[in-house]
Amino acid sequence: MGIGVRILSWQWFHRLGSPRWFYQKTSAWLPWLGASSLLLLAVGIVWGLGFAPEDFKQGNSYRIIYIHVPAAFLALAGYYIMAICGAIGLIWKMKLSFVVMRAAAPIGAALTFISLFTGAVWGKPTWGTYWVWDARITSMLILFLLYLGVMALSGAFSREQSGDKASALLALVGTVNIPIIYKSVDWWFTLHQPATLKLTEASTIDPSMFYPLITMIAGFYLFYAWVLTLHTRSLILQREWRTQWVRELLGQSSPAAKI
Amino acid sequence: MRADSLEQAGGAAVAARVNSAPARVPGFYTLFRTEFILAVRRRSDIANPLLFFVTVLAMMPLGIGPEPEMLARMAAGLIWVMALLATLLSQESLFRGDYEDGSLEQLALQPQPLYFPVLAKVVVHWLVTGLPLALLSPLLGMMLNLGAAGYWPLFASLALGTASLSLIGAVGAALTVALRRPGLLLALIIMPLYVPVLIFGTGAVQAALDGYDYGPQMAILGAILAAAAALAPLAVAGAIRISLEN
Repeated sequence: MGIGVRILSWQWFHRLGSPRWFYQKTSAWLPWLGASSLLLLAVGIVWGLGFAPEDFKQGNSYRIIYIHVPAAFLALAGYYIMAICGAIGLIWKMKLSFVVMRAAAPIGAALTFISLFTGAVWGKPTWGTYWVWDARITSMLILFLLYLGVMALSGAFSREQSGDKASALLALVGTVNIPIIYKSVDWWFTLHQPATLKLTEASTIDPSMFYPLITMIAGFYLFYAWVLTLHTRSLILQREWRTQWVRELLGQSSPAAKI
Repeated sequence: MRADSLEQAGGAAVAARVNSAPARVPGFYTLFRTEFILAVRRRSDIANPLLFFVTVLAMMPLGIGPEPEMLARMAAGLIWVMALLATLLSQESLFRGDYEDGSLEQLALQPQPLYFPVLAKVVVHWLVTGLPLALLSPLLGMMLNLGAAGYWPLFASLALGTASLSLIGAVGAALTVALRRPGLLLALIIMPLYVPVLIFGTGAVQAALDGYDYGPQMAILGAILAAAAALAPLAVAGAIRISLEN
């Protein structure tokens, strides 16, 4: 028994399901996460907006790519995070997983909106129009509506637990849309350009523009993790407001002195 | 005489037959027959979506103008969108009657999986809503000046597509059945999932009108139907169990 069994046991996994453990463990490294994400974002923005070279065809208006592309990546990744947390919550009945799913929904919706908005702003000087109903743009709009649907459904139930499970199921059902968005620019010849950042071949973007973009993408991922953790922590405090540790944390020591 | 659920319709006899059926796919035909008889008796539930469909399509030329060339270009899309909305409207009452008097809970308590009762209900819903819409669509196509090449693709794409819409919409109906005032929530959560079917349905009709082969779009509609028929009842069963806990 002893150490061997402890490592092999699922204790660490189940401890992850404790909201209190999560709250205490994240308090330590949350400031570092926030600081590093803001640093990367600052470096990326200054580099991309100020020092990267002008584009041959688009001039300076292409620079919105440094916000548009990372926001779009995170919007798609954020939906997967939400759906996977929903699946974990449904399968292992982990309360904390549902909390993370609820926290991820508005963040993903905001990022999708940002990518649609910056895309529209970029489209006006380059394509001549703010909006066009091509494959990728329409699928991103559908993604935005999926996020809103999950948010609406989770708030519609009187019992919080039922709302968790119902919105987790809806998030999973909506997951079929993500590969369609991702691949839509390859399957249909549309106005939106196909992918230039590739994983297995050399990307077709110039290196001097590529590095600030990668910095921004990394910065956005860290920023998403930071904001998600912050939101999860605040939702944990709201859900667990009756417990002793939250009351002590908020400075209310006796049961009589509650909100 | 209106009958809103299994219990009222067949009473103890049907419930007993469902409960004590042997262990092959039990009760599917019984449930299907009962649901179908119930649905056919609720004449308003058949007529209302069709009337909505026809009335709104009649309002379209009044609103956008009666020029034949413009109507011809828009006919396929208008008919498809209206069929989608009519299906959506009728989804809400799919499980509500059974939920309210406890029959849904009885079905969920059966040892047989919920997959089969759900499939029976959805098939009946399609036979009573989607198929009449598809059968009526060539008439409306004529009113909206749809080209001759478009009639058969319109009917076929609607027949396949509304089946998928019934299956997908059942997921939303099951998720919202326990809510007291769902309002437009069902529409909001189901609309994004309807979009691929709409795109390929109208794509098939447009391709036929432009003179191209519309086989690929029909094949994809069939594939969506196959996937929905296999997977949607599972999601619906899960959603029913979640709603019953509420």
